[in-house]
Amino acid sequence: MSDERKKYLRNIKIKKSLIFVSQILILIVFLGLWEYLADKGIIDKFITSSPSRIIKVFANFNSNHLLEHIRVTVYETLVGFTIGTILGLIIAILLWWSETIAKILDPYLVILNSLPKVALGPIIIVWVGAGTKAIIVMAVAISLIVTILDILHGFLNTDKDLIKMAETFNAKKIQILTKIVIPANKSTFINSLKINIGLSLVGVISGEFLVSKAGLRIFNYLWRSNF
Amino acid sequence: MEVLKIRKLSKKYQHENGETLALDNINLVVEQGEFVSIIGPSGCGKSTLLSIITGLESKTSGDIFIENKKMNGISSEIGYMLQKDCLLEWRTIYSNVLFGLEIKHMKNRENILYAESLLKKYDLYDFKDKYPNQLSGGMRQRVALIRTLCTKPKILLLDEAFSALDYQTRIKVTEDIYNILKKENITTLMVTHDISEAISMADKVVVLTKRPGTIKKIHKIHFDLENRTPLNCRETPNFSEYFNILWKELGVDER
Repeated sequence: MSDERKKYLRNIKIKKSLIFVSQILILIVFLGLWEYLADKGIIDKFITSSPSRIIKVFANFNSNHLLEHIRVTVYETLVGFTIGTILGLIIAILLWWSETIAKILDPYLVILNSLPKVALGPIIIVWVGAGTKAIIVMAVAISLIVTILDILHGFLNTDKDLIKMAETFNAKKIQILTKIVIPANKSTFINSLKINIGLSLVGVISGEFLVSKAGLRIFNYLWRSNF
Repeated sequence: MEVLKIRKLSKKYQHENGETLALDNINLVVEQGEFVSIIGPSGCGKSTLLSIITGLESKTSGDIFIENKKMNGISSEIGYMLQKDCLLEWRTIYSNVLFGLEIKHMKNRENILYAESLLKKYDLYDFKDKYPNQLSGGMRQRVALIRTLCTKPKILLLDEAFSALDYQTRIKVTEDIYNILKKENITTLMVTHDISEAISMADKVVVLTKRPGTIKKIHKIHFDLENRTPLNCRETPNFSEYFNILWKELGVDER
């Protein structure tokens, strides 16, 4: 290996560790500052808590059922996430398949997307009952439309020349979908999954605000009222 | 033998503020093993003509025959190459080459062996497990050609197939592709806006008029060379003669 190459590789390594160390440092500074400000009473511990108190709560999770509440929230989030993603993907495929349907539904999708889903809470409770179901429906409602719009946008922006190339081999629409459009949109899917897991959690937490017997949000709520 | 015959072909486009006649009364015959180039001013409908022959676009009137069989819709007898190589970045070279066979449900042992033999013959076999972005522009174009050839089309259509390449690569690729086509005895119809490219490869050059595109004249191209290639025929005196004739023909129409 030449000296030049060694230098180049060393530089890459230094840069990588610099990024990692900085990330850890930011976390430490943030937590430290939080602890310090709470300790000195500059910020109100009652509202923001402090890192050391949070650790204490986690330390005796058996007595306060923290684990159980986490389990409920994670479960609801995962179910909401899975349903939202799969349903979104299926609807996006249908809309890609028929340009006419996509054009007809376009304004409705935009409206549904801008609608604050949390406002639908009471209706959801009336429809599916005040339980886990309502929370999952809320998670799906929040993530579904974004998924559809994201994936459809990716599908419609697939390189037209690739599709034309497949057509010159007399490809059927289903072949274009499975062999060109879906593999060409791998990064769209990954992006959509990343956004979705966050949105599902938002949905679950806002669902738990409305109707829950268990879960992180209700735990949070109970904990505060026990003060 | 006539591989492709076009009779009285016309194409009209309908749009919201009227209709445009793009091609009018095109008659053309391409013989087995022949290389025919089509040139014409931009917007004369030369790419449209190829799209219609492939069946990607519909015709308004007229008939197209492949080996005396009347064509309707997308034909599996026709190979088509676009400006870009359109290789799928997520597939290996090997899997890209087999893409056409896969789509046409022709992925049998015989055809796979044929595809492999083409890869070996044209120095791509060693790269078969690489991905397209690891290959040069010229190699990518060869892969795209083999992808089309291994479905054994009766005629190959090239739609400005080299215009996305830089000049040096383009000359090299033209040379490569020409050699492959001649060795495999492929009948070819090429559309280009480059007069030199048209002359250097073709046995016949078809000149189209501006819109509506009609055939203005068909020139037979002949070079007294034992082993003609696109590069060596550029050095003959005949070449510049042909160039001047075609240049004038296109030039008059430009005004």
